[in-house]
Amino acid sequence: MPRYCNAVVDEHGFVSRHFKLLRLRPLSEMQEPKAGQFYMLQAGATSDPLLKRPFSLFKREDGTLSFLYRIRGKGTQSLARFRQGDSIRVIGPLGNRYPVPQGDFIAVAGGIGIASLLSLLEGYPGRAHLFHGARSAEELVMGEEVKRVAKEVIIATDDGSAGMRGVVTDLLAVRLGMTTEPLLPIYACGPTPMLRELHRVVADKEVRCHVSLEEHMACGVGACLGCVVKTTSGYRRVCKEGPVFDMKELAW
Amino acid sequence: MNLSVKIGSLTLKNPVMTASGTFGYGEEYSEFIDLDRLGAIVVKGLSVVPREGNPTPRVVETPSGMLNAIGLQNIGIEAFLRDKLPFLRRFSTPVIANFFGDSVEEYVSAAEQLSGAEGVHALEMNISCPNKQAGWIVFGTDPKAMEQVVRAVRKATTLPLIVKLSPNVTSIGRMAKVAEESGADAVSIMNTITGMVIDVKRRIPVLANCTGGLSGPAIRPIAVRMVWEAYKCISIPIIGMGGIMNAQDALEFLIAGARAVAVGTANFVNPSATVEVIEGIGHYLLDEEIPDINDLIGSLKMVPRMQS
Ligand SMILES: Cc1cc2nc3c(=O)[nH]c(=O)nc-3n(C[C@H](O)[C@H](O)[C@H](O)COP(=O)(O)OP(=O)(O)OC[C@H]3O[C@@H](n4cnc5c(N)ncnc54)[C@H](O)[C@@H]3O)c2cc1C
Ligand SMILES: Cc1cc2nc3c(=O)[nH]c(=O)nc-3n(C[C@H](O)[C@H](O)[C@H](O)COP(=O)(O)O)c2cc1C
Ligand code: FES
Repeated sequence: MPRYCNAVVDEHGFVSRHFKLLRLRPLSEMQEPKAGQFYMLQAGATSDPLLKRPFSLFKREDGTLSFLYRIRGKGTQSLARFRQGDSIRVIGPLGNRYPVPQGDFIAVAGGIGIASLLSLLEGYPGRAHLFHGARSAEELVMGEEVKRVAKEVIIATDDGSAGMRGVVTDLLAVRLGMTTEPLLPIYACGPTPMLRELHRVVADKEVRCHVSLEEHMACGVGACLGCVVKTTSGYRRVCKEGPVFDMKELAW
Repeated sequence: MNLSVKIGSLTLKNPVMTASGTFGYGEEYSEFIDLDRLGAIVVKGLSVVPREGNPTPRVVETPSGMLNAIGLQNIGIEAFLRDKLPFLRRFSTPVIANFFGDSVEEYVSAAEQLSGAEGVHALEMNISCPNKQAGWIVFGTDPKAMEQVVRAVRKATTLPLIVKLSPNVTSIGRMAKVAEESGADAVSIMNTITGMVIDVKRRIPVLANCTGGLSGPAIRPIAVRMVWEAYKCISIPIIGMGGIMNAQDALEFLIAGARAVAVGTANFVNPSATVEVIEGIGHYLLDEEIPDINDLIGSLKMVPRMQS
């Protein structure tokens, strides 16, 4: 099945000040994506921005693919200008997937990391204890959807405008410290500093921890070796062997 | 219509190949395009000893281009021959092994190891590497160092030998001439141009390696000019590359004097770029009623311009 195709913008709008939701309708049949996989999306109409940008699958419904993204720099600013009816070239689905959770699990989302985790949560409704961190209440997007699919939602914001003030990994550390039963597996996606902190939090614990990483990408298909991460067995490609890695394999 | 060209003793069914380092070892893009359609597959640069490469970030986008500092990460020649080459042998497309070293001896042993392998049809020497035995001077930027390493490799192989020139030199024509006189069967023009991007907020280089190689459409006019200059100085074939995104771009190189072209960064943007370039060249020849691509190569017309 082709993994490179043209798609039409079905809907594209803001869900919050810096966040947009993009729904695409691929013009040819594409491979079924799995939670944790991502797509490379054309970001502009010219050679500047040149490279496609990686975005996690946020939702798959009625033959459409949705992406939730944060406007950051040149590529996402340009992407934000695509309008309904425009066509966008996409490559995907790419990368590996979140391993299928057996029973309940803990999900740790930092900022836009919720985009990737929500597709996992929706596949297993009522089973996730979600630790959701963001800069502020305004950046805590998809609150309603999250409540609908998660078993429990614990929120932390940097400025205290929603949930606890502080970082979500601290809340997780407290929870893990209080737990006497075997720990639930953890699925995490968020900015690298958060994941590094999570690495520290779980370092001395008996717990499976699956993390979805971000790296600068050029090809997204494993050809350029631009997106590597250091693991206990050398550099691995985030776009090919990842983006989901077992925390224990990372040489952090 | 004839699309076939010759690089030394190697015949290509069409003049479009992949640029080293942008196409892995062929596998990644085999699900996007039919590898049998390509003129040749040039694999990621290989060395005798596997290389780990640089820390990240290794890539950053620039206006109409990108910088990369992969650091020549590769699995080593032994693993390539054992694990990757068997896959490529399934196709009719010739495989060109790109290789490098950090001493003359290393280049020679790399060439020897690759030459013996069934399914390696030509060698492309990446000489944009420093010589650790001679004060880290980059082979490809010093005519003497280049002559020495190309001569040594020439003795070590009977396969067609392509020398991939660095653009970070004063005179590409002179370097091309040195390659020719040292025994090269062809030259590739060009490798990436060294560049740098700074994060002004943090006042640090964006790439962990500080500098990287610039590729993509941003460098195309420079690459076309270099092919044109070299074409006037040498008689061995030139493989032109640098920012080719479509057939139109490839045609510029052919008209400037390139016998073949390589598509690099464009693969990242459009996984079927190579095939689209091949098709587009075919259409152009039909439209222009040129029966043989060899009639197009180096056909640039220098006409006097009227001043109005
Ligand atoms: C597998 C994967 C899945 C992703 N999924 C999503 C998603 O669902 N939603 C979303 O909003 N974003 C996601 N991202 C991040 C997204 O790709 C980047 O935000 C985007 O490429 C930035 O492009 P830009 O041109 O706007 O920013 P740039 O101008 O390129 O950069 C702006 C800032 O972001 C940094 N940056 C750029 N690219 C990345 C990157 N890949 N990882 C980390 N930092 C980066 C730059 O260093 C710079 O500081 C994902 C990244 C990966 C690797
Ligand atoms: C990510 C990347 C990796 C590369 N690796 C190699 C390499 O290993 N050996 C080599 O000779 N050239 C390498 N190159 C250079 C390309 O083969 C080519 O000469 C250059 O990128 C210009 O062509 P382009 O603009 O079409 O990409 C690399 C280029 C890129 C972008
Ligand atoms: S982005 Fe090219 S190898 Fe991962």
